[in-house]
Amino acid sequence: MLKYTIGFNKRKSEAQEKLVVFNQKKFRFSDWFAEKAIKGVAFLSIAVVILIFIFVFREAFPIFRMDKASTATNTEVLVQESYGGAETETGSSPVEDKQVDNSTVTATPTDRPSTTLLSNTWMPVSDNPRYGIWPLFLGTMKVTLIALLFAAPLSILAAIYTAMFAKPRIREIIKPVIELLAGFPSVVIGFFALMVMATVFQEMFGYASRLNGFVGGIAMGLAAIPIIYTLTEDALTAVPKTYTEASLGLGASRRQTAFSVVLPAAVPGIFAAIVLGIGRIFGETMIALMATGNAAMSSINPFDSVRTLSATIGAEMAEVVFGDTHYSVLFFIGSLLFIFTFALNALAEFYFKNMVIRRYQAKK
Amino acid sequence: MNDFKVKVKDLSLWYGTSRALKNISMDIPEKKVTAFIGPSGCGKSTFLRTLNRMNDLIDNVTIKGEVYVDNINIYDKNIDVVNLRKKVGMIFQKSNPFAKSVYDNIAFGPRINGISQKSILDEIVERSLKQAAIWDEVKDRLFNSALSLSGGQQQRICIARSLAVNPEIILMDEPASALDPISTSKIEELIHELKKEYTIIIVTHNMQQAARTSDMTAFFYMGDLVEMNRTELIFSNPAKKQTEDYISGRFG
Repeated sequence: MLKYTIGFNKRKSEAQEKLVVFNQKKFRFSDWFAEKAIKGVAFLSIAVVILIFIFVFREAFPIFRMDKASTATNTEVLVQESYGGAETETGSSPVEDKQVDNSTVTATPTDRPSTTLLSNTWMPVSDNPRYGIWPLFLGTMKVTLIALLFAAPLSILAAIYTAMFAKPRIREIIKPVIELLAGFPSVVIGFFALMVMATVFQEMFGYASRLNGFVGGIAMGLAAIPIIYTLTEDALTAVPKTYTEASLGLGASRRQTAFSVVLPAAVPGIFAAIVLGIGRIFGETMIALMATGNAAMSSINPFDSVRTLSATIGAEMAEVVFGDTHYSVLFFIGSLLFIFTFALNALAEFYFKNMVIRRYQAKK
Repeated sequence: MNDFKVKVKDLSLWYGTSRALKNISMDIPEKKVTAFIGPSGCGKSTFLRTLNRMNDLIDNVTIKGEVYVDNINIYDKNIDVVNLRKKVGMIFQKSNPFAKSVYDNIAFGPRINGISQKSILDEIVERSLKQAAIWDEVKDRLFNSALSLSGGQQQRICIARSLAVNPEIILMDEPASALDPISTSKIEELIHELKKEYTIIIVTHNMQQAARTSDMTAFFYMGDLVEMNRTELIFSNPAKKQTEDYISGRFG
């Protein structure tokens, strides 16, 4: 028979023999409680996210079957105060609207918002409200593209510099400083863009409207730089040191090593960085609100004013009539943003990160 | 035949303030295999890496003394480290092929030297792989990832890769320590073949390996070069007590 004993002298071990019985499960309340509590908190946070998700979609859903409630909402709209760049005084708006709008929708006005959803006009507060999210979508894309074209090359080159060329002491200064930018309140960046950048750029390029997609894009790019930089830097430093050694050992210069060995090996990680950067820009509200001019124009000129999806929600949600079509459309935009950023994050998380893992693990 | 390819004079190296190499002087013959043995942390790998200035990559390293390769001091101010490393190739303990195809791995060196003509590259790749005795195993999958090969094959790919830039000296830092016995014996056979054309310096923990493969053996202990002599003399009749203790397994 096996006997498990602890201790040095026999007497003590006999005394302890009774304590180390392990053929019987013992209930330990504090362990049980801690485990359950942690589990509960974890599930609670997931549940909150899912509930928000459901809520947003539920609030957006009515726009697809708004026909019955149409009369009620129409009167409410008339009472509304007007706001927004594209909006004019309520009394004269029917006339104005007809001049502006060339779409077929005008001929047979309908309150079914899903028919105007893809139109070219965002005019949610008028006698004949139109909820064309196309200009908002185009504006968001335009700003995102500008921001990305500005932020991605800068942050990737900066990451290459700190990861591969900079001396450790310099790296230890640059890296945290850029990462600090991530904690910069976006309202501050927006304010800076509004007061300083807008003026400077207008003097430089001489375009008509002071606040526009270009200014907004650059400002949002500033907000995205820390994210793209940090993740790219991580991707570059995650490339095994042996690659660098092998390359240098073969007589490659530092530049050749950086650009033809380390950079290609880090490409999936860099893509992930860019994708997450896009997500950041896409959802950025405050800078968009402050620096883009907020006019819903469907133009591809970068120097025209822009109203982004997120800024639209930010600007209009506070003043919308609860349960109104407009309200639902804003939630619909919210769910679009949700789906889009969700898809981007999923892409970065599952596709690109797996690609990185596969690359290095094949080695073993 | 017995010209010295590498001459080291009074080389000392510090990592920060701790001294890793103490006044090492040695002459390494051309087209021979020279083995460095010694217990872990004795400085043999560090010393190997001073021979193609790989230690430059590490911060806070101070080096004093002279290393002559073909009678040129490689610690001179005017030395082009990039070209030095083309002449003095290096194989690492852990095989480190790039995450590219076999072909691209071998062609990497020639390509960074500006060779882009496919026929020349093909020729270099084939020659290098044949020299590294792995051509028959990979000729049908030159365009598969080098990472799909076994550890021993990967190490021979790395050897082929360094041969492709036409080095004169090949430094090997425990090239077989992570390999199984069969792969190890293949690497050893390869070393035997390669010494006809190249000067080979190998660091090893495995004394049988040193005895089998090398012509000269140097024993390092605590940053000192204790003894260097013809391999058969070191293993049969060492001059120093420390060497004898080490090779007979009494410590280390």
